[in-house]
Amino acid sequence: MKQERIGVYVCHCGSNIAGTVDVGQLSSWAADALEKRGVVVARDYKFMCSSLGQELIKSDIVELSLTRVVVAACSPHLHEKTFRTACQQAGLNPYLMEMVSLREHVAWVHSDKALATQKAKALISGAVERVALHEPLDPISVPIEATTLVVGAGISGIQAALEIADAGQKVVLVEREPSIGGHMAQLDKTFPTLDCSACILTPKMVTVGSHPNINLLTWSEVEAVDGFVGQFTVTIRKKARYVREDVCTGCGICMEKCPSKLIDQVYEAGLGYRSAIYRPFPQAIPKYPVIDKANCIYFQRGKCKACQLFCPTTPNAIDFEQEDQILQLTVGNIILATGYDLFDARRIPQYGYGRLANVFSSLEFERLCNAAGPTEGKILLRDGVSQPESVGIIHCVGSRDRNYNNYCSAICCMQSLKFAHLVKERTGAKVTNFYIDIRTPYKDYDEFYQHVLQEKVEFVRGRVAEVTDAARRPGEEGKLIIQVEDTFIGKQRRIPVDMVILSAGIEPRHDSKEVSRKFGISCNGSGFFTELHPKLDPVATMSKGIFIAGCAQGPKDIPASVVQGAAAAARVLGTIQQKSLDLEPVLAQVIDQKCSGCRICSNLCPFNAIGFDLERQISTINPALCQGCGTCVSACPSHAISGTQFSTEQILAQLHGLLAESFNGNGARTQSPAFSQAELV
Amino acid sequence: MKPSNEEPYGYYPGCSLEKNALAYNESTSAVANVLGLKFEEVADWNCCGASEYLALDILPAYALISRNLALAASSSGSHSLVAPCSACFLNLSKVDHQMAEVPALASQVNEALAAGGLSYQPGSITIRHLLDVFVNDVGFDRISSLVTHPLYELRVAPYYGCLISRPDYEGVYDSPEYPTGLDHLMTALGAEVVDFPLKTHCCGGHMTQISEPVALELIRRLLQNAHEYDADVIATLCPMCQLNLDVYQEHVNHAFGTNYHIPILYFTQLIGLALGIRAKELGFGREFVSAKRALAKIGKARPAPKKKRKPSKEALPMPQATEVEYR
Ligand SMILES: Cc1cc2nc3c(=O)[nH]c(=O)nc-3n(C[C@H](O)[C@H](O)[C@H](O)COP(=O)(O)OP(=O)(O)OC[C@H]3O[C@@H](n4cnc5c(N)ncnc54)[C@H](O)[C@@H]3O)c2cc1C
Ligand code: SF4
Ligand code: SF4
Repeated sequence: MKQERIGVYVCHCGSNIAGTVDVGQLSSWAADALEKRGVVVARDYKFMCSSLGQELIKSDIVELSLTRVVVAACSPHLHEKTFRTACQQAGLNPYLMEMVSLREHVAWVHSDKALATQKAKALISGAVERVALHEPLDPISVPIEATTLVVGAGISGIQAALEIADAGQKVVLVEREPSIGGHMAQLDKTFPTLDCSACILTPKMVTVGSHPNINLLTWSEVEAVDGFVGQFTVTIRKKARYVREDVCTGCGICMEKCPSKLIDQVYEAGLGYRSAIYRPFPQAIPKYPVIDKANCIYFQRGKCKACQLFCPTTPNAIDFEQEDQILQLTVGNIILATGYDLFDARRIPQYGYGRLANVFSSLEFERLCNAAGPTEGKILLRDGVSQPESVGIIHCVGSRDRNYNNYCSAICCMQSLKFAHLVKERTGAKVTNFYIDIRTPYKDYDEFYQHVLQEKVEFVRGRVAEVTDAARRPGEEGKLIIQVEDTFIGKQRRIPVDMVILSAGIEPRHDSKEVSRKFGISCNGSGFFTELHPKLDPVATMSKGIFIAGCAQGPKDIPASVVQGAAAAARVLGTIQQKSLDLEPVLAQVIDQKCSGCRICSNLCPFNAIGFDLERQISTINPALCQGCGTCVSACPSHAISGTQFSTEQILAQLHGLLAESFNGNGARTQSPAFSQAELV
Repeated sequence: MKPSNEEPYGYYPGCSLEKNALAYNESTSAVANVLGLKFEEVADWNCCGASEYLALDILPAYALISRNLALAASSSGSHSLVAPCSACFLNLSKVDHQMAEVPALASQVNEALAAGGLSYQPGSITIRHLLDVFVNDVGFDRISSLVTHPLYELRVAPYYGCLISRPDYEGVYDSPEYPTGLDHLMTALGAEVVDFPLKTHCCGGHMTQISEPVALELIRRLLQNAHEYDADVIATLCPMCQLNLDVYQEHVNHAFGTNYHIPILYFTQLIGLALGIRAKELGFGREFVSAKRALAKIGKARPAPKKKRKPSKEALPMPQATEVEYR
């Protein structure tokens, strides 16, 4: 076998790597010790990723006729593409380059320089053995279907759909509720400018409803997703509305006449009612109502049809015979904008939500304030009659609390300040905010806070211990008492109020994990969808062609949701314009003769890339879906799956090289742990 | 961990149950008989040090407490240790927990235990409060199926005290701040349960001996609240709570000019009554504030469901309740 000619390049990354690893010793060691194994040159340089650093590699490839390259620098997540491109420009197939993560795997996690350098040697030794077995690969090109699927029509999904549609491309917008709008449609005023939420939202909703490039499917859900970037096949269930969209005029008579009234848990946040045939709010898009079968008297008991009787259209718009429709569509890209659920404050029973009548959730309060809400915008207690004279607003309910969610919900401080202002403005009641920190970054937000301070709203810093109706002192009878440690004065306080508002946090949708599995993307521990890179690629995901936007990605306010919707749209438009896309050829491949058809692999693939050829009774891997993770390669009991760039031979060679250079002394220190009296009492 | 059918529970009664809380001990064993629960008392157990000793010197206090754990672990019969007293329960589980967390402490404690030929490996037994056994092992369904004398119309304020649910090391309570296990248990007996807001507040503990005014104020709040909620009795699960609320009720009335008469009963006494066990076997009569009047209230028949006052037309709906799930 011909000996490969390998170049090894060690990066200092300023002092990031050089501070912990002896880079000079490392490169001279590689030149000497690995010479027998094909290393013909080894160099170290301050910033390998700079153009001068890349030049070093390129000129060596040409002048020393290198056939393989090892770059020991940062994680391949960051610069693999840079060095692959450099190799390609010098005429070397880019897949004949291997990276060693000296920074993340060595420098940043160790402090002992000698041991760190030893570990770096072992890793480079492994890479040299492995790269010799690399094979030249060519990228796979796939065509991009121009239509885009947007799932969820809250403000972020609406924005994404409009951007794409306005750019002249087709969008299928799928929303599970009867109307688009999401949470923003429930709000009254929006911080910090206090413009009416409906006033700024409904024009966009109307545009969506009539846009020639948007195919709007409400009361619908995506059931299955197959295929891959450029060519996804999606199966959508369009639930029966029992109302014919071609004849219904949206007059709303049916909703008035329907005798089945129930509490509206979604749009009215449990504070108002709707009928079994309903449209959540007057400006709903589309205007056609739906019949909620589970609560319809006719569907449950076989008698009623009041809606049909009173519907003034001919032919009658009510059609009890309608059935769910299953649609299959091909789309090139997908944007998930499924939003959030409000934290259920019943989970903190000591705050009394659900037990004490005048404890309200934040969304309930939005409905109270809203002129279209159950009290026509009057801020009233649960009896629906009396006005509160004092109101307590508790921040961070279910957020920044290790019992529930560790994260900050990002919107509740501003939303609580907004509430304080609205209560002051509309009732003149005494308002006290209970907070642990006030977080008001972004344009004009802190100014809003200053303004609310001027309105004589009181602020108590402390995590509220409980809300109780157990009076202890005179003056507390008949009130809700908020018990809190005021951390500014270091004292326990009891503050009696008429109304308590809980600023509940933002949580992932209850079904976000299920949805993420369906679309083959991942979630963080809480259940928010995971972006490709938290700073540099916040709307893309690990699955090519699938983008995320809005609160589905993490808690955020309306401006940020809109920004992400637009950003996702820009990414999608970019790929549509390219017409085709190059995919990584780093893949798993089934060796047909060895496959026994056991299908162990197909359930394990996190990207749903493995199908089954019924005729030949073997598994097949979809090259466009496979991300080359290697899970199936290691799981196959017949060794019938091999990974390009991850073959067993390559992995064993890497291990061989690594162990050959394994280091002496394990570096573990023994320490007798100390304990303090105070902690144990 | 629920012991298998044959395996008995290790039982650590603690000092109180031999003296002031005799009624708790008697009712526990009477009820256990009916339910077929096997409690095997740890031989030669010693005092848990209550709350004071820990504040004086950690190591001897931990050694004292862990001796009980060592004895319980070495008596082969069981892998769990049940304490009916909340203070004992907290001390035992705290020591088990801290020995596991801090190995250096564990080795020093074990050095002390070795002097008596004992040793204890943290985590080798599960320490449980008696309430947890009823709620999570016996279960509400089983108990309600055995009820022969339901406590209809008796309004019970379920009082957990401050020691058993916080910290919830084993994660057995639905909510450490506002648990509902005892509430559900009382409902299973047919009683009418009041949503007792002070259910996990402190009874004053040994404060009666240190600063009586402070203790009396804490006791007063509990009595006032139970009274305002029209509770006929307070159900307790801790000898300290029972003693403070019962014995000092007269002092409270005297100090604050109130006239409370609320019997403070062990939850096991109420279970016993509902299972048809005779009051005498359950230690009734030992309480200072007599339970006679309250128990006479117990109705013969299931009360007609109270007519829900029709909410006025304007009233806004309450948040819809979801059932609390038990782990
Ligand atoms: C009480 C309160 C007050 C607030 N006030 C303000 C404010 O004043 N100013 C401000 O900037 N922000 C405010 N916010 C934040 C604001 O609500 C959010 O930033 C914004 O609504 C997020 O929009 P979204 O599109 O990401 O999600 P959502 O509004 O939740 O929309 C998601 C949509 O997706 C649909 N959906 C979900 N799952 C699926 C599925 N599987 N298939 C199909 N459809 C699906 C949902 O039905 C919904 O229509 C407030 C939030 C709260 C809780
Ligand atoms: S009554 Fe008929 S036309 Fe009017 S909204 Fe209902 S279904 Fe549509
Ligand atoms: S048939 Fe159903 S939807 Fe129509 S009026 Fe009767 S209950 Fe309402």
